[in-house]
Amino acid sequence: METTSVIGTKNKKGQVYTDPRVMMNEAPRTPSFFTGSEVIKEAVRRASVDVMIAYPITPQSEAAALIGELFAEGYIGDYFRGESEFAVMSECAGAAFGGARVFTTTAGPGTMRAMENFPMWAGARLPIQCIVTCRGINSPLSIQPDTIEISYLMQTGMLVWHAETAQDFYDWIMKGYMVSEEPDVHLPLALCCDGFFVTHTKDVVNLTPADMCLPPYDPYRSPVPCMDMECPPVRMMRDPFVMKSNYISYATHASWQQEVWAAIERSRKHTIAWLDGLIETENADADVLIVSSGTAVSQGREAIRLLADEGIRVGLVKIKTLRPWPGEEIREATKNAKYIIVPEFNVVGWMAREIKASIPNSDRVIAGPHVCGGMTMPPEIIVEQIKHALGIRSAALAGRGS
Amino acid sequence: MTNQYRVLPGPEHFLPPAAASMGIRLPNPGEAHIHGVIVPEEQALEEAARQFLMAKVPTIFPGPLVLWAWNEKAAKKATAIRHLYETIKECVTPQQQAMLIPMPDYRPKYPKINPEVEINPNHPNLTIWHNKIDCCMFVGVHCHQANLSLKIIRGGTSCYTIAMCAQAGHEDAMLSFRDASAEKIMRLAEWVRKLKGTVKVSQVVSKSGASN
Repeated sequence: METTSVIGTKNKKGQVYTDPRVMMNEAPRTPSFFTGSEVIKEAVRRASVDVMIAYPITPQSEAAALIGELFAEGYIGDYFRGESEFAVMSECAGAAFGGARVFTTTAGPGTMRAMENFPMWAGARLPIQCIVTCRGINSPLSIQPDTIEISYLMQTGMLVWHAETAQDFYDWIMKGYMVSEEPDVHLPLALCCDGFFVTHTKDVVNLTPADMCLPPYDPYRSPVPCMDMECPPVRMMRDPFVMKSNYISYATHASWQQEVWAAIERSRKHTIAWLDGLIETENADADVLIVSSGTAVSQGREAIRLLADEGIRVGLVKIKTLRPWPGEEIREATKNAKYIIVPEFNVVGWMAREIKASIPNSDRVIAGPHVCGGMTMPPEIIVEQIKHALGIRSAALAGRGS
Repeated sequence: MTNQYRVLPGPEHFLPPAAASMGIRLPNPGEAHIHGVIVPEEQALEEAARQFLMAKVPTIFPGPLVLWAWNEKAAKKATAIRHLYETIKECVTPQQQAMLIPMPDYRPKYPKINPEVEINPNHPNLTIWHNKIDCCMFVGVHCHQANLSLKIIRGGTSCYTIAMCAQAGHEDAMLSFRDASAEKIMRLAEWVRKLKGTVKVSQVVSKSGASN
């Protein structure tokens, strides 16, 4: 079956399979007031998902349970619960090997427990979509937002996008399938958001019509055979390039890895078209730029407003995708900046490291402010960081003062 | 950023980079690429025909997507590929040897592969070396497996690679088409016939014949 041949026909729920560009860019939108978790449900309702596998213990998002309701309503082909996050991700692989469009969610320690599966998904070229509603990963346990798990996901060979708002999340779930299922890409997507801040807060989200849905996944466009148990990537352990020690075995495996990362590169073209660029800029000619992703961007916007009230002009670079990494775009956007402020919701500052590695004169990058473990990031601490960089005295927000 | 990288016959490196990671981009519909430079499809058809006619051992590697008649399009493509092969055979000199070697599946067969009768994506260089193939075209091979083959061939041999891809094309080939169809393959055969007798056979001989 070719995907285009079903456009205009109806699925069993009466939804019309619609050209994705028409659905996402031209169809009327209805403003709705939803939590981030509810938004995930509404996107999945329209995404023609074949299989959703859940490990619904996480308090980070109700999405897994809400999608169970969608299954009960008949919008999802199959839905079941795995016995752990590792099992869920393995079962997702099985469903995707079989040619299904697969959706799942995870967060924090669950992401880490399932981690072995993510490079396996990428190596097997499985276009599974995994929503990552980020939270803390280390002991002592935290269910609060923290983006440190993203830094691990960035090395797996998956596409990694970081949504700022519930609206991003809604649109990118559907657009994500369109990019990740392209035959020259065909990689899993980790669609991340800052848990709690996005999943549990309500926001106005403009929804596409509920009677429109994406065309189904066409597994015959896959760059690897669908469920061929005799050929790599399925039959792993008896294959010489896994089991033998010689140049050919190593070279094959090396080439395989390179091909996964090449596929991330190929996703640029499609992602730029669907997301209208890998970054978004505001006042990019300012001497001071805030550069970040996720809700750190939202807090940055508020800091820019506060500074504007004091006559200090600051610009913004919102990074939408981390894999592919928009290195060239960031270089161009920051070429005139004297100070590059990188606020982050994690202790290690992975975003600042990535930016430093991408631009000339990386001493312009100020890695901070950082918060983690579920702390909020008041815009005032970004303001304080910027003033400090500019040599303007300001009172410390929390502490004994200066 | 100006992209200086070009996808050229090797041997390129102990582990050559994937061309996509070097900034080579795939063509849009109606286009193809030669050495990583986007060109109109017709120009690439002419160049591919020229490469076949220049080669001592021009070879077609059909993969599983065209070796089995799993749909009508596949059967039509297979007929077109056979026609292209016959056309090349007719159009080359007696000193040239056209070959048609299948890639029937992707199971690694090293060291047991018979390189005279098949090629494998995990060690395609063995078949290239054994048959001294200096120009080849992949068709009907799943994209991931084709990219593995094309990169390994570029890494270790001097073979000129062509991809007749049914999807978006291959940066790792020296010349790549996209949206392959039976009609497109027939047009390539027409170009081979048109250029017959106008192209000199390559005189370049590397250390071990066609490839090293």
